[in-house]
Amino acid sequence: MIKNTKFLGKPSKEKFNLFVPMGILLLSLGLIDVIANSLFETNITSFLPRWLSYFTPLIFGFLGLYYLRIEFSGNKMLDKLNININSNWFNSILTLLIIFVLIQNIPPLLNWLIFDANFAGTTKEECTDSGACWIFIKIWFPRLMYGLYPSTELWRVNTSFNMLITLVVALFYIPIKLKKYLIIFLIFFFPFIMFNLIHGGNFGLEWVETAAWGGLSLTFIISIFALILCFPIGMFLALGRRSSAPVTRYSSIGFIEFWRGVPLITVLFMASVMFPMFLPDGVYMDKLFRVIIAITLFEAAYMAEVIRGGLQALPRGQYDAAKSLGMGYWRLHMLVILPQALKLVIPGIANTFLALVKDTPLILVVGLLELVGMIDMAKTNPDWLGFATEGYVFAGILFWIICYNMSRYSQRLEIKYKTDR
Amino acid sequence: MSFRITTFLDDKPKIKKYFPQVITLLFIIFIFGYFTYNARVNMDTRGIDFGLRFLGEEASFDIQFSLIEYSGASSYARAYLVGLLNTILVAVIGIFFATILGVIIGISRLSSNYLISKVSEWYIEIFRNIPLLLQLFFWYFAALRALPLPKEAINFFDIAYLSVKGLYIPKFVWTNFSVFLYSIVAALVAIFFVFKYARIQQEKSGRRIPAFLISLGIFIVLPLLTFLIGGVTLTFEHPVLTQLSKTIFNYIGGVAIIPELMALAAALSLYTATFIAECVRAGIMGVTKGQKEAAASIGLTPGQILRLVVMPQALRIIIPPTTNQYLNLTKNSSLAAAIAYPDIVLVFAGTAMMQTGRAIEIVSITMLTYLSLSIAISIFMNWYNKKIAIKEK
Repeated sequence: MIKNTKFLGKPSKEKFNLFVPMGILLLSLGLIDVIANSLFETNITSFLPRWLSYFTPLIFGFLGLYYLRIEFSGNKMLDKLNININSNWFNSILTLLIIFVLIQNIPPLLNWLIFDANFAGTTKEECTDSGACWIFIKIWFPRLMYGLYPSTELWRVNTSFNMLITLVVALFYIPIKLKKYLIIFLIFFFPFIMFNLIHGGNFGLEWVETAAWGGLSLTFIISIFALILCFPIGMFLALGRRSSAPVTRYSSIGFIEFWRGVPLITVLFMASVMFPMFLPDGVYMDKLFRVIIAITLFEAAYMAEVIRGGLQALPRGQYDAAKSLGMGYWRLHMLVILPQALKLVIPGIANTFLALVKDTPLILVVGLLELVGMIDMAKTNPDWLGFATEGYVFAGILFWIICYNMSRYSQRLEIKYKTDR
Repeated sequence: MSFRITTFLDDKPKIKKYFPQVITLLFIIFIFGYFTYNARVNMDTRGIDFGLRFLGEEASFDIQFSLIEYSGASSYARAYLVGLLNTILVAVIGIFFATILGVIIGISRLSSNYLISKVSEWYIEIFRNIPLLLQLFFWYFAALRALPLPKEAINFFDIAYLSVKGLYIPKFVWTNFSVFLYSIVAALVAIFFVFKYARIQQEKSGRRIPAFLISLGIFIVLPLLTFLIGGVTLTFEHPVLTQLSKTIFNYIGGVAIIPELMALAAALSLYTATFIAECVRAGIMGVTKGQKEAAASIGLTPGQILRLVVMPQALRIIIPPTTNQYLNLTKNSSLAAAIAYPDIVLVFAGTAMMQTGRAIEIVSITMLTYLSLSIAISIFMNWYNKKIAIKEK
């Protein structure tokens, strides 16, 4: 092979009709070797020594790409290929390695996920194929979504989340005049309606204890409440940190840096074992509320830093202009500074919310079972042992879809608000 | 009421200035006082006394994995130290791998090769958007549980063995280890002077001395000499497959890296690498094209451009956010408690608290430990950041 290369010389445009077919032939030989190896489990180069046979696809592919590397060949497709994946020998090796690794790994993965997987049935014994046992997820699905919430009352959780989604979607379509009222309703009134609907105990709704809440819905209940509650606290902390009064400033800095310096898990431990000690004797607070309060305080510190970023980004002229109109501290901030600063930090807030959603599974260390916690419980159920992988893959895909879309959305917001200024 | 106070204060500007601050201070003192009072009442009714004396008592529980001597007879303070060291160990391992992986992915993300940049982009998008706890559980409960039993362990060239019980690697057995250590310190000092000398020479005469090769030589030769004349020896204690009972096999000897540590290190480094990769990418993209072109036009080689022009400038952009990621990794290592890796949260805030029931003291100590770790890292990084910052006039 090496001799051949020297004999033919450097691939050039003049001998296009010779090099390109040869390159394609060698490249496809390499690919066929890998495909045969990984899909049909036959080694077409088995007559060679083992160490050589192992590298044959790479050698074939490398030579093929070498022959194809014709600069300014005039062929658009070939030029594009050369620029993007075959610009020099190092790049061509990396390209080949990536292609081979993908060919070797994707088919078995797809087989496990879809083609060999078990979908039909209701029991563990019906999982006879070699792939994943999605029956496990199918049977446990309500539990993974709603936790131990009584099945007859599920409509309450569904209704509240459907209402939330409808209202948020409506926010994008209603006229600007009404938008303000809808936002106020969403932030100040809707959480209580939602809470009341899920918690029950009045209006003829059956009371459901918070210990029964769980699954993916709990993730969102906690994140939404923590976000709404942490917002005002974060705002005051951000203002406090920029205040000129030393007491306000240093207490804000202390508060923010304390919560930012400790991991969430210790905060949760604090909520579950330390908070009860700080409450007056005889006062009992539900564990879920304690956890929400702890996460709120924790997130408020992060929120404060996000909002501070927005406050710092505003030009000084805004303060001076407002002061020259005779505005005091509060009017200046409420009417001039905060509306502009908050608009600037909307992407930052979206990122905080994303981080919050990703952190919520941690509550399982204090015994609250959201999605990951429910899977942990389901996989130790004696009837369903040995399906941990399916559970985690399912939760991973679900969380990934949610978080990926949220991060894409916040990136879009970032671009949108950058062009605004 | 409020109206009257403000008009009353208008006559006394000094008091008006300090009034809100005094109120804030009083409010904070009141909150703390109220909580302390409640805690004291609660502890009195439960018959617990506040104090750190319990740290000296016998812990009487076992820890599965420890870097220092520890047994059930050791004190709670010792257990705390074991947990702290385990936390630091996993943080250091995680930071090491996350940095390497993050830099590779970050650079690949900018590669001109379409496939490479797409693969790194998808790596970042996938691992960044799945909760860390879920990744940790996946590695621990799904991936590592699928490994073979010790009897059929995966064999890495008869040196290391990977099985469901963990990774077994040879243990280094040194004699006169201190001599070896001193030789390394001496080599580092010598290298420092070589570089200094090379720089002086280059500034004086323009002659370049291959400082890197010389220092590499020193670094290899000096420690090697100690083996020949310093009486240093190094032998390996290989792990050996031993039959413990009729059906149970395990490796004895060597160093055992428990699966909890492997899962935690894998999850932390794969997760944090995505964030570091984004920092690296932003840093390299932050160096303007003109810099590279200017460097190329004065005849620097591509390697020199990267080393002398791009990296020093990119590092200034990369380091602050990367520090933040190191801090996050250290804090995230507390997830260890969820898979029973004996870190400070599991050992101290978990087991020790269950046994002593001293919630306030133990949770406070744990939080303060993390707080001081965070502050230590951020102080160090601020110092380093200041050192390499552009000195503007």
